[in-house]
Amino acid sequence: MKHDDINKLAHLARINISKDTIEDVTQSINNILTLVDQLQQVDTKGVLPMSHPLETPQPLRVDEVTEENCSKALQHNAPATENGLFLVPKVID
Amino acid sequence: MEWETVIGLEVHVQLATKSKIFSGASTRFGAEPNTQACAIDLAMPGTLPVANEKAFRYAVMFGLATHAEIGQRSVFERKNYFYPDLPKGYQTTQLDEPIVGPGSVEIVLDDGTTKSIRIHHAHLEEDAGKSLHEDFHGMSGIDLNRAGTPLIEIVSEPDMSNAQEAVAYAKKLHSIVTSLGICDGEMSQGSMRFDVNISVRMKGEEALGTRTETKNLNSFKFMEEAIALEVERQIDILEAGGVITQETRLYNGDTKTARSMRSKEDANDYRYFPCPDLLPVILDDDYIDSIRAQLPELPDARQQRFISEYQLSEYDAAILSDNTQTAIFFEQAVVICQDAKLTANWIMGELSARLNAEEKNITDSPISPEQLANLIERIKDNTISSKMAKEVFNALWQREDKYGSVDAIIKAKGLKQVSDSSALEAMVDEVIANNEAQINNYRNATPDKRPKMLGYFVGQIMKASKGQANPKIINEILLKKLNQLINNT
Amino acid sequence: MHHQTIAELVTGLRNKAFSSTELTQHYLARILTLDSQFNSYITISEEQALADAKKADERLAKGNAGDLCGIPIAHKDLFCTKGIRTSCASKMLDNFIPPYSATIVENCANAGAVTLGKTNMDEFAMGSSNESSFYGPTKNPWNTDCVPGGSSGGSAAAVAAQLAVAATGSDTGGSIRQPASFCGLTGLKPSYGRVSRWGMVAYASSLDQAGPITHTAEDAAIMMNTMASFDSKDSTSVNKSVPDYTKTLNDSLNGLRIGIPDEYFQEGLDQEVATLIQAALAEYKKLGATLHSVSLPHTHLAVPAYYVIAPAEASTNLSRFDGVRYGHRCDNPRDVIDLYKRSREQGFGEEVKHRILIGTYALSVGYYDAYYRKAQQVRRLIKQDFIEAFKSVDVIAGPVTPTPAFSLGAKTKDPVSMYLEDIYTLPTNLAGLCGISIPCGMSGNKPVGLQLTGHYFDEARLLNVAHQFQQHTDHHTKTAPVNSLTKPLILSNT
Repeated sequence: MKHDDINKLAHLARINISKDTIEDVTQSINNILTLVDQLQQVDTKGVLPMSHPLETPQPLRVDEVTEENCSKALQHNAPATENGLFLVPKVID
Repeated sequence: MEWETVIGLEVHVQLATKSKIFSGASTRFGAEPNTQACAIDLAMPGTLPVANEKAFRYAVMFGLATHAEIGQRSVFERKNYFYPDLPKGYQTTQLDEPIVGPGSVEIVLDDGTTKSIRIHHAHLEEDAGKSLHEDFHGMSGIDLNRAGTPLIEIVSEPDMSNAQEAVAYAKKLHSIVTSLGICDGEMSQGSMRFDVNISVRMKGEEALGTRTETKNLNSFKFMEEAIALEVERQIDILEAGGVITQETRLYNGDTKTARSMRSKEDANDYRYFPCPDLLPVILDDDYIDSIRAQLPELPDARQQRFISEYQLSEYDAAILSDNTQTAIFFEQAVVICQDAKLTANWIMGELSARLNAEEKNITDSPISPEQLANLIERIKDNTISSKMAKEVFNALWQREDKYGSVDAIIKAKGLKQVSDSSALEAMVDEVIANNEAQINNYRNATPDKRPKMLGYFVGQIMKASKGQANPKIINEILLKKLNQLINNT
Repeated sequence: MHHQTIAELVTGLRNKAFSSTELTQHYLARILTLDSQFNSYITISEEQALADAKKADERLAKGNAGDLCGIPIAHKDLFCTKGIRTSCASKMLDNFIPPYSATIVENCANAGAVTLGKTNMDEFAMGSSNESSFYGPTKNPWNTDCVPGGSSGGSAAAVAAQLAVAATGSDTGGSIRQPASFCGLTGLKPSYGRVSRWGMVAYASSLDQAGPITHTAEDAAIMMNTMASFDSKDSTSVNKSVPDYTKTLNDSLNGLRIGIPDEYFQEGLDQEVATLIQAALAEYKKLGATLHSVSLPHTHLAVPAYYVIAPAEASTNLSRFDGVRYGHRCDNPRDVIDLYKRSREQGFGEEVKHRILIGTYALSVGYYDAYYRKAQQVRRLIKQDFIEAFKSVDVIAGPVTPTPAFSLGAKTKDPVSMYLEDIYTLPTNLAGLCGISIPCGMSGNKPVGLQLTGHYFDEARLLNVAHQFQQHTDHHTKTAPVNSLTKPLILSNT
């Protein structure tokens, strides 16, 4: 991977990578990729992917309202709010 | 050059569950901002989703109603993208293993023929919140009340070839989901939203043209307008030798214009993968069969029943069966007044006109099915004329009588028509005696001209009775007396 | 008092040898005077602890005390604690005070436990040395030049330095067992689904599991009786009744079949560690167990598979940290994208960023099959290795790590060398099995741990096997050389 690839990836992950760190990040990512590339040597033809250790069905919940309004408590940690809304820089659709 | 249009629809339907798809917060519409967004909906650290059974039940109902395969194993995936109204940074949705597989619905075209529109699949997912663009010192406000509301996204095949078909299909879905009771159908509240994929190609061409997606249309009217506009735009570009850019567009119903969506510009890599917080949902045959057994009557079946049970015309039956609430209103009235045709006429005529004029749903009608039935009964037993009935209807609509009783209004307004034959006979006699010249003309006329001349006498009698005489009975008496007069000479 | 185990403290409290308030004050005083050497705590919840202790004393007086009534413990700082900062050792959550508690925190509180504070960790549990903490590294109480292990390094250090009698931890790839091993403690990673994940800030959802770090297997059993529960708020929590883990501690090991995986004793394993493990196995033979060679042929693929799966899940689990509803927000964002990019650049440390990027890559179009899907297939192969082995043995024994605790800074320059440290612990998480680390001797002044891996939901057996070892050896009774008398009493200025 080159700096450009890392920058594209970082954009997808919405993380800014400064010019001073891009070389270090690129090197680390390449080292990790070298490690995980060992996977390519294994023949896994016909092996069912295992996405979860529990291979059981999911329990479902009864449709009931169980949550009270606690917006005040939940907004306590918010960086910016007004009139009960979370504020962000102007959103352009 | 002749062009043809290819349209596919993605329809988002909010399911009418009490609580959200992954949390116990309320889905009620119109609450104060963020008062119905709990820790899970806000994606607070450490919170986890637990799926709502009712959402699955509703999705299965939709699948059964559209003759679709039900995904007995369905898997939630994470669709990753960053947006302020998407708190987790991913939308929990379904991709490869959706709850509803391929199905279809029938639509009726303008020429009366039917067309089958194929549904590719329908999947369960969570709704996002809303960005409010009022000015907060140059900032936007985020309300997450809607975040986590259960949706089914119904993805059609590109089977529609004009705006009318697309609207007919959309209306059909609306009718199905409201009949099933799985969606409130409130378009103005965003309960049903349409994304329209449109492309055009030269007639006879096999390959599809480049398509655009016009997102988030929330009325049939806007959908129709947006399609017309986009088709025209694409044809203009192609005829000028240009190419269509694949893009997401936004239609503005106020200005009747559309534009490309900037936020969707960079091609997204959604990095779908199975959500590790949610295991696959397995629905067994018993579960699906029990839902099938409890499935309410669907519009198509109801239309057939209305035709056979009430001898309604196909047209009347279609209109009355399309909307569940209208159908319920109709049947509640018919049970009382026992006259399906008259009930149908009143609902489709006077009642619809008034509801439309005031932009009301039939559930908000100030006149109840019982009241309408009573009104029809009074017409049938000759207590009032049709003309008087309209006056009573108005009074009921305005809630002039606080008890809302049809009889009380008739009485209060003195609207009773005179059907007592001795009183009417006296009136007829008086008119005959006072109109000697007209009687002579009648007598001298050939029998085929006589019926037309009868109107004059009826008019005179109605005038004398101040409009309260029963015209039907007057007709009978008048005819009898005139015949006697002619035969006696 | 701080030399005692939970079991002993419970007796002392019930016999009124001391009150919970006295006990709590004693521990708080130790933390305030001694922890500057170790940095094992991020937040000391003094007020909460004393209030908890007061309540516990009332319950003890009334005689309706729960299992952990009055016992001072610490929680890893990724368990949400209502009203107490929960930082995940990240600048991102430096000011985050949750309005709710994790289920395990509530379970402990309901059992009467006293919360002393929140322990240091690798940022968002990503690391094996506790060096990626925003609040600085934790030091190993046995040798302060060494790391305590990670990511539950603060919990292990706090218990080893007797700044809490027990602590909670979380284990995604070894994060309980490895620090327990480095710090001479007992650490249990339960089977996936045994302990609720509600309120535990997620690193890799299909691998994360909470568990206890204690001095003894008996204490771990007592902790598990409280921590384990079915939780309807976590749909990956398993609805299976929780046994009384203390009941079977004294079962005989006669006839126990212990599997020894060849792959765990190959190149890379430190010679001294290997010798201590062999000695422990010999001890088990004396206790009536039989040893059997087993094969886990895909072991060498655990590290690459883990470093695809865990970062993939983490990359999306950490998307919620966007500076909108909570957490760090950059100054003067120009637009929404700038808000995200700079808040996340500033809020996350290097290791976290690396894992997010790797995970993003593994899930992206064109790479999903080669990385994520491939890793999932390898995951199944690793699980099948265990299923096969458990057909002929009851538990599997081996080292926890290839070497004892390494020096601070030794592996920070080369993260991949750090990743390889987890070779013996990762397979348990990938399969979702339970595992325990217990002390089995010293390599110089560094403790060494023995790992026992159990079948699904076989925690009771693991604890029994561990306890019986501890009944016949004294490795677990050795304590880190923390000498409070030689240190000046410096009260915290906070």
